[in-house]
This record gives sequence, C-alpha cells and structure tokens, in this order.
Amino acid sequence: MSESPPAVEVTGLCKSYGGTAALDGLDLTVRTGTVHALLGPNGAGKTTAVRIMTTLLRPDAGRALVAGHDAVRDPDEVRYRIGLLGQSAALDEELSGRQNLELFGRLYHLGGRGAARRAAELLERFGLAAAGARPVRQYSGGMRRRLDLAASLIMRPQVLFLDEPTTGLDPRARQAVWQAVRALRDAGTTVLLTTQYLEEADRLAGTITVIDHGRAIAEGTPDQLKDRVGIPRLEVVVRDPGRLAEAAALLGTGTGTGTGTVTDPARRLAGAPAADGTPALTRAVAALAEAGIGIEDIALRRPTLDEVFLHLTGPAADSPRKAPA
Amino acid sequence: MTAPAPASGLLAVRVPRTPGDRLRRALTDSATMTRRGLAHWSRQPGALLTMLLFPVLMLVMFAYFLGGGMAVEGGGDYKEYLVPGLLTLTMAFGLETTMVALTQDINRGVLDRFRSMPIAPSAVLVGRSVLDLLASAAGLLVMAATGLAIGWRFHNGPGPALAAFGLLLLLRFALLWAGICLGLMAGKPELVQAVQILIWPVAFLSSAFTSPDTMPGWMGAIAEWNPLSATAGAARELFGNPGWGGGSWATDHHVLLAVAWPLVLLAVFTPPALSHYTRLGH
Repeated sequence: MSESPPAVEVTGLCKSYGGTAALDGLDLTVRTGTVHALLGPNGAGKTTAVRIMTTLLRPDAGRALVAGHDAVRDPDEVRYRIGLLGQSAALDEELSGRQNLELFGRLYHLGGRGAARRAAELLERFGLAAAGARPVRQYSGGMRRRLDLAASLIMRPQVLFLDEPTTGLDPRARQAVWQAVRALRDAGTTVLLTTQYLEEADRLAGTITVIDHGRAIAEGTPDQLKDRVGIPRLEVVVRDPGRLAEAAALLGTGTGTGTGTVTDPARRLAGAPAADGTPALTRAVAALAEAGIGIEDIALRRPTLDEVFLHLTGPAADSPRKAPA
Repeated sequence: MTAPAPASGLLAVRVPRTPGDRLRRALTDSATMTRRGLAHWSRQPGALLTMLLFPVLMLVMFAYFLGGGMAVEGGGDYKEYLVPGLLTLTMAFGLETTMVALTQDINRGVLDRFRSMPIAPSAVLVGRSVLDLLASAAGLLVMAATGLAIGWRFHNGPGPALAAFGLLLLLRFALLWAGICLGLMAGKPELVQAVQILIWPVAFLSSAFTSPDTMPGWMGAIAEWNPLSATAGAARELFGNPGWGGGSWATDHHVLLAVAWPLVLLAVFTPPALSHYTRLGH
C-alpha cells in the first residue's frame, strides 16, 4: 500500500471571490485506499476545495493532482476516475431512478447497453430495484441520497468525493450513508469527505485535516488530534451540592496532577486534569470515599473532537465569514 | 446500502484526443442530452400537451371572442391576420421554456453533475437547443393545423410557407439563446417569473394581434420595430395573408428584418451565454 501514489495531492491551492480568499494556500495529501475527512467550520473553504479537485472550478494558483492527473490541465482524465456526491441530490426529478442512472451511464460513454446493465446493478445494490421505475420526484430523502450515491459510483471511481454527505438527513439515512462509506472503504475506494460534524469525521475517517480560513491547520488520526489538545480530565458529579467545593479540592490533591475546580454548580460537577489516567481515577474514588462525599458519577474523559476543533479554530470559528463555503 | 461494494476499478476511459474523436463525442453527448428531454416528454405528457395547447387556446380565444371587433385593412378575415401573429408569439413564449429548464438544472445541481463528467462541453447547450427547436416545430405544426381548421390559409404555395416556418424557427433559435443567457446569468426562479410577466407587454406591443397603426404614435413606432412584428409581418407576406400598410421602412422590409433581428439577438446573447457557461468554472 505504501508504494502506491497518493490518490489526491494538492499543493498551494488558492482561490478568491471578489477579493475574499476562500482558499489560501491549501496543501492536502490523501493516501490511496483511505477515508480522509476535511473538517472545518462554514466558510472554511471545504466546498471550494472539493469543487477544484472535481474539475468544477479553476484555482487561482496551486495544483491539484487527482488519481494521478492534473485537474486543470487534464480534467477529462480526472472526470473518468472520480465520483462526486454534492450537498444536494443532483438528480433529474422528472426521470425515474433507472432513467437517471442510464442517462449518467451514457454520458460516461458506456453505451446504451452498458449503461442499462450498470444501472440495473446499482439499483439492486442500493435497494432501489423496486423503485427503479418511479420518478425521483416521488422518492424519500434517503432514497434520493442512495440514488445520488449510486450515480457517483457508475464508473467505479478511484476517488469518491462526498461534500457534506449527511447534511439535512435524518439519523437513519445518515447511518445508511456511513455504512455505505465504510463498505466502499473496505472495497478499496479512496474517499474524501467534507463535514462540519465532528462525530462524522471521528467515525468514518482514518485521517482528518482540519481546515480554517482556506488552509490546513492540523492533520492526523482522530486520536492524534485529540491528544494534541491535552490530557484527559477526571469529572465527578456529587450527590450533595453543599460539598461540591470540598470535592473539587479533594480531586486536586487526590489526582495529584493539578487544581480541581467546580466545573458546573448546577450539575454538581467538579473536575481536574488527570495526566496518568486510570490510577488518578482510583486515587480520587478512594479520597472521596474517605471524606464521605457521596458521588453520583465519576469518569475519565478524553478531549472530544469538539474541543479539538474549538481549540484549533479559536473562538472566531463561530463568527460569520464572507467567503462562500 | 449494506451490500458490499465491488472492488474499485475503472470501467473504461476514452478521453478523446483527436478533433474527430472530439466531434464524435460531442454528437453522442448532444444526442444523449436530447434524449433526456424526450424522456421528460414521455414521462410528463401533460406538460407537453399544455405547452402545445396553450397557444391553440389563445388562437381560439382571439379568433372568436375578440376577433369580431377586429378590422383588417382591406377588409380581410381577422383569422388570416391573427394566425401568423400567434405563430410568432408561440416562438416568443419558448424563451421561458428554455429558461425554466436551464434554471432547474442549475438549482438542482444537475448541471454540476454534468460538468463533473467527461462530456463534451457543448453537449448541454446543444442538447437544449435541439430539444427546444423540436418542441417549437411541433408547436408550429399544431398551431398551423388548428389555423387551417378555423379558416386560415396560405396562398403562395408550399415554398414560401416553408420559408415562413423557417423564419419563425430562426426567431425561436435566437430567443433560445436569450433564454440560455438569462438562465445562466441569473439562474433564479424569480427572474423566470419576471420574464413570464414581461413577455406579455412585449407581445402586445407588436403586430401580433393588431396593426401598429391603431396604437398611439410612439407606441406604434416601437411596435413596428419590434422583432416579433418583423417575423409576424414576414410570415404574413410569405403566407399571402393580409398585413398592414404602415408605409414605414420597417413595414416595407419585413422579411429582411425577420432575418436581421434574430441575427442581432444571436450576436447580443450568444457570446455572453457561452462565456458564462465556460466561466461557470472560474
């Protein structure tokens, strides 16, 4: 695996709209056969990056090599080798599911018979065979998403781009998309997905690139990113709100790593950093029991990707941006 | 979605490298796009029927409800005057058909899907043009047949009649590109509505229904120079139907203007339409 060239290699990508930089020197390498997430707040440049990599948009500067071909100089070579699932279902509402797939198959130059055969396979695989003759207009959101995904897989692409694939889907449909992405990964397809849902990146991606203001600000596995933010925290919920401060103080000495603090009086929650993890938990439980402080819950918590995200992108991540997503 | 995916592997790559291959691809892809539109028609025969029958309804309304109050110069039958006017108007209404179709493709992301595929860059617009011209030709046939049924006739033989149909389709072709241009520039359903409304004053401020002589002076002058009047007047001339005297340069050179106006419209709308289309990626 290590000798195969990267599926996507992006260097110094820049793109601005009317003076506002959407991409400001983005570098990105996606290894073949992996699921790679591009994570960032709205307006970070995720969609712009995907549009350039999928030949829909020309960059102002920089280079995008996709499946070994230059997206600007040789777009058709790239187009035969990629699939794109955009933010909204790109389907012909008037045509049936089967007609949609056949239309796209013909446009990939599979010929009438080849397109029909591929359409039948994909309808079967995505559980749409029974609905194949119905116009897409009558499909549910989940069915549309499935057909849309089927359409982007017609060519068995080497790289599949998913731009916020689950935005606006109900939990069931979301699970179905996740399952499909895992199946594709297991079959060896490289997947690059953009998302603003940390949970999605955490669950699907082997590698996450955090992007903000049009450039990559961090990259790693979900665990590596979490480790960057810092050490685990010990958190305890006490029974008696009157003893919360006392518990916080005990946590500090009990864990032996730092100052315990009252995190949230309303929830009777106190916490302290716990660098050595489980031993700190054991010490804290013993210390609290000895002092006779009843506890409702005690846990060792690793930083969540949410914290990573806020830590990396800073408080400004919430403020509106001018650049389009 | 639980079934395992087959191994990743390209089905076929045939990127055309020679001009001949590119032309072949352009023809194949344009044909596929046209087929798509034909499939819409067979999926929604109601929509097609509405499109074809709306002008027929107008023809019947104007011929029988209003026609009694209309006088034609030289005392001819108003229906003889009206049919070429409404044929012209049918072409003008096609503008919004083109815009609606294109706007929908843009807003539903279908255009992006097409552009992410290895298709000939011209295919989307060529397919659209062929399809809209087919629809308009069908519309002309239905209207002409209705005209014949209610007493309209062409008097100069089939040659000039075919020439008249040619000029009507030329106008449609020019407006098609206006529709493509407006659809690409705005791409918003609101603009489509605005065009749907604005088309009426443009239609009435022409010789489609009545002679510009009967309008107030400045309005009549605009109506005389309206591209729709040129095509309607040329069609009347070629069909041998009664027109109106007028005596201005515009009314004396209908056929010339019916060729020139669409060419002017094409010159105005085609370059920005094409540059908007290619600049979708910028």
